[in-house]
Amino acid sequence: METFASLAYLIAAICFIMALRGLSHPETARNGLTYGMAGMAAAIFVTLLLPSVSSYFLIFLGIALGGTIGTIIARRIEMTALPQLVAAFHSLVGLAAVLVALAAFYNPEAYGIGAFGEIKFASLVEMALGAAIGAVTFTGSIIAWGKLQGTISGKPFIFPGQHKINAGLGLTMVALIIMLCATGHPFFLWLIILLAFALGILMIIPIGGADMPVIVSMLNSYSGWAAAGIGFTLQNNLLIITGALVGAAGAILSYIMCKGMNRSFFNVILGGFGGENAAVAGDLGDRHANMGAAEDAAYLMKNASRVIIVPGYGMAVAQAQHALREMADILKHEGVDVKYAIHPVAGRMPGHMNVLLAEASVPYDEVFELEDINRDFAQTDVVYIIGANDITNPAAKNDPTSPIYGMPVLDVEKAKTVLFVKRSMGSGYAGIDNPLFYADNTIMLLDDAKKMTEDIVKAME
Amino acid sequence: MSEDPKQISDSIGDIADKAMELANQAKLLAMQASENMAHAATNGDGYLVTGLTVFMLACFVGYYVVWRVTPALHSPLMGVTNAISSVIIVGAVIALGAADDAFSKWLGFVAVTLASINIFGGFIVTRRMLSMFKKKS
Repeated sequence: METFASLAYLIAAICFIMALRGLSHPETARNGLTYGMAGMAAAIFVTLLLPSVSSYFLIFLGIALGGTIGTIIARRIEMTALPQLVAAFHSLVGLAAVLVALAAFYNPEAYGIGAFGEIKFASLVEMALGAAIGAVTFTGSIIAWGKLQGTISGKPFIFPGQHKINAGLGLTMVALIIMLCATGHPFFLWLIILLAFALGILMIIPIGGADMPVIVSMLNSYSGWAAAGIGFTLQNNLLIITGALVGAAGAILSYIMCKGMNRSFFNVILGGFGGENAAVAGDLGDRHANMGAAEDAAYLMKNASRVIIVPGYGMAVAQAQHALREMADILKHEGVDVKYAIHPVAGRMPGHMNVLLAEASVPYDEVFELEDINRDFAQTDVVYIIGANDITNPAAKNDPTSPIYGMPVLDVEKAKTVLFVKRSMGSGYAGIDNPLFYADNTIMLLDDAKKMTEDIVKAME
Repeated sequence: MSEDPKQISDSIGDIADKAMELANQAKLLAMQASENMAHAATNGDGYLVTGLTVFMLACFVGYYVVWRVTPALHSPLMGVTNAISSVIIVGAVIALGAADDAFSKWLGFVAVTLASINIFGGFIVTRRMLSMFKKKS
């Protein structure tokens, strides 16, 4: 039975790898997902067959209860609320890891890792690490969820000595793990978990809302490492493999997001970026910005031969993606070539904009990543920027004093005309004024993203 | 002085006996040690090395597979990884299924429920996302 279970776990692990492999292209992704589901079903089924497992009623009750809640949430959630949903889900994985670690501590016989109070040294270390990472993931994800949902202010929350406190907490936890291994007393495990809960809160609270793509990816990574830690404790290869896959995925996404902002991971984690109102705005003085109306925008775009649309988080907030697609449809009908340009950190989670555009039935082959489309701006008549700001700021290329200097940006200013939809002339999250607003070829369209796009659609008809 | 050689030979005999004894003890110890090591290798500390091997190889597989994921599907990637990281449910089922300890049973029950929310929620929301990605008609 044990050998059979191990083989089934191996098959499940291969299924999970296939699920990730499928995501290399939208065509193969759905098949990949089926593999993932099959792998999960196989893993759970074979665990139920283990001789040590009884009390099927409670197990099925738990699965039915959780399954129903999960299904309802996943069906009802708005695609714009995806980042906070993912953060909430990460918190559950974290808490589950803590609970399994505790269960293994109080009933080690069930996992064959010794008796209560006499657990092997290595198992104790793995257990404590799994529980600590899980606990940080749990509270950290809750804070991230609150910031994304708007329950907690998205502004970075800074208090004196926070880095020292975090470092102190980390060191205390290391000492406690040593104490736990030396004594095997449950008190230390509980204390490690409590401190990790506090650390999770303190780590994420100073980080601003716009850095959330990095944080959500990082927590994704942590949930994987926590699962791997528990896998070591339970001596289960499937948990280790899956944990490593998820951990690697989250780490790579964090790396891509950091690169998209030209910031080091450490810089993001230390927090406090954004929110401060930089005085840089001053040297732009009383420069004149061209204001426009929906009619002007409609006329310009209808008479263009190439239009590129640049969406940002503001489009998600205003739920403007459907109106945007309507506008693009009219343009395409008129024979205009319409493309979409996506910056890696547009939105609040990796790939956020792509999902929202897909939701509005924009075909994925009209949507391009920064490096694939950046050269096209020079041959473009009109760029329509909706809800984005910093990712188009030319100061990142030519002003070494700018806080975002060096960040890869979309070369929108190279187009003949730039249409900038924005609520006000205010600065972006980084508190940096955008010289693009005052460029000769820029027309500012000051209004809500959805309302403006709808007005343009009306003006076109 | 004539008794000396006898004394010496006697004491040599004693030493030889003691050496034999020591050798026997060493043999026993060696046997015990090898038994312990075999024991450890099958179901104990030896797993750490096996686990690390599996872990490192899986990290490499993850690294190469995830870099090939198209940036357009980064959100579904998070959905899938979220769902599969809930494979921790395996540990929760064992905790809940084992009958002996009431406290860890309840911990297991809550963990099974939480992980199930994630498994169903993660897979369904990812399927929803993926079903929206369509090519130009």
